[in-house]
Amino acid sequence: MFHPAPRQLQVIKAAVFVAALLPLARLVWFGFADRLSANPIEFITRSTGDWTLYFLCLTLAVTPLRRLLQWPWLIKLRRMLGLFCFFYAVLHFTTFLWFDHFFDIGEMWRDVLKRPFIAVGFTAFVLLIPLAATSTNAMVRRLGGKRWQWLHRLIYVIAPLGILHFWWMKAGKHDFAEPILFGVIVAILLGARLYWRFLRNKTPPLRAAPR
Amino acid sequence: QKLVAKPNSAYVVVDKPTAYKDATSYNNFYEFGTDKADPAKYAGTLKPSPWTVSIEGEINKPQVLDLDGLRKLAPLEERIYRLRCVEGWSMVIPWIGYSLSALIRKVEPNGNAKYIEFTSLADKRQMPGLGSPVLDWPYVEGLRLDEAMHPLALLGLGMYGEVLPNQNGAPVRVVVPWKYGFKSAKSIVKIRFTRDQPKTAWNQAAAAEYGFYSNVNPQVDHPRWSQASERRIGEDSFFTRKRKTLMFNGYAEVASLYTGMDLQKFF
Repeated sequence: MFHPAPRQLQVIKAAVFVAALLPLARLVWFGFADRLSANPIEFITRSTGDWTLYFLCLTLAVTPLRRLLQWPWLIKLRRMLGLFCFFYAVLHFTTFLWFDHFFDIGEMWRDVLKRPFIAVGFTAFVLLIPLAATSTNAMVRRLGGKRWQWLHRLIYVIAPLGILHFWWMKAGKHDFAEPILFGVIVAILLGARLYWRFLRNKTPPLRAAPR
Repeated sequence: QKLVAKPNSAYVVVDKPTAYKDATSYNNFYEFGTDKADPAKYAGTLKPSPWTVSIEGEINKPQVLDLDGLRKLAPLEERIYRLRCVEGWSMVIPWIGYSLSALIRKVEPNGNAKYIEFTSLADKRQMPGLGSPVLDWPYVEGLRLDEAMHPLALLGLGMYGEVLPNQNGAPVRVVVPWKYGFKSAKSIVKIRFTRDQPKTAWNQAAAAEYGFYSNVNPQVDHPRWSQASERRIGEDSFFTRKRKTLMFNGYAEVASLYTGMDLQKFF
């Protein structure tokens, strides 16, 4: 069983941090190399949306993987993965607000209210904000572990909303292969939690081990 | 392969033509995949020659035309048209061809002919995208006969001074510039004249989103996005607002085809 020493963990965290910035670096590089396709704005919107979903899945995968691999230290990466999910969501939303609406907030609102697929994506984004805002140790302490945990269960709502947003976007093209794949992944990640909870409830609580 | 055509000065738009690279590397042609880069990537397997188009249905002179017959049917013209995709982007393309009406007159529709239906090639060996169930293949599009007779409706055989690239619908397609791009069927193998409105591919797939007419109309939104504005490929950048979409894509001369019709209903 792999268990990194504190120094090693620092290295792993730094590596994950750099890796998580690569999708952004790729966009910048493509921008200078004129490789963002004939419709760069669409390319950026798609790419940032995709990476929001990838990081959402990665964040949700931490708990099941910890258990399956017996790697409890993975929890130390979860906050960073979650914040990168938010980071790409911010970029995705900014592309929409900037390029689609040119920062016309009124027009953007009308779009959000009129179109379910945008409304769903927008809701998911807004729900991510309190999670990002309470991600620091100080905020965990201020809220208290129990309350903090309850708040962060919002991710179980956000994840299906994100998939629905993607699904509706692709519905126009009748092309469900990718949304189905994401849907299955998120269903497995959330289903695993339900399954373990079910197992826990079935087995009687452990009595204190005799010393 | 070069294709010689005389510019038709009646059909020139002031807009700058889209770069050849953009027009040939970014488009929808689901027979080769649903990504807009797919047609350019995978259309190499299409064999645009030899090719025949079967013309049938409610006409006096059913016939099968080969490419040579199609090219010689009427003098080739170059016409620069705006193209507006239903997805909210647009291009400006110098097409080569002639008015579809020339072909229609040649085959002599009878009194029953009210619509014209275009069927695209559907050959799995040439078109890798046919394996996916996104649409009911073959791709079928259609027009009302009076729409098809409008001089703007073009039978396209080339673009940018050359024969059509495979990814843009080689060797023969239609171009209906006042309608959303998907109405302009590509790689056509059959043209049929009918009494009843053709069952067109996108209308069959999602009737609430894609009407039979699908005229460019900034006042009728797509259920999932606005059609009021568009982004001109290669021109509108990060620092420009999207441009306003024009009624009938700016081709006001077609308005008389729809007098008395509620275009909100017949979208």
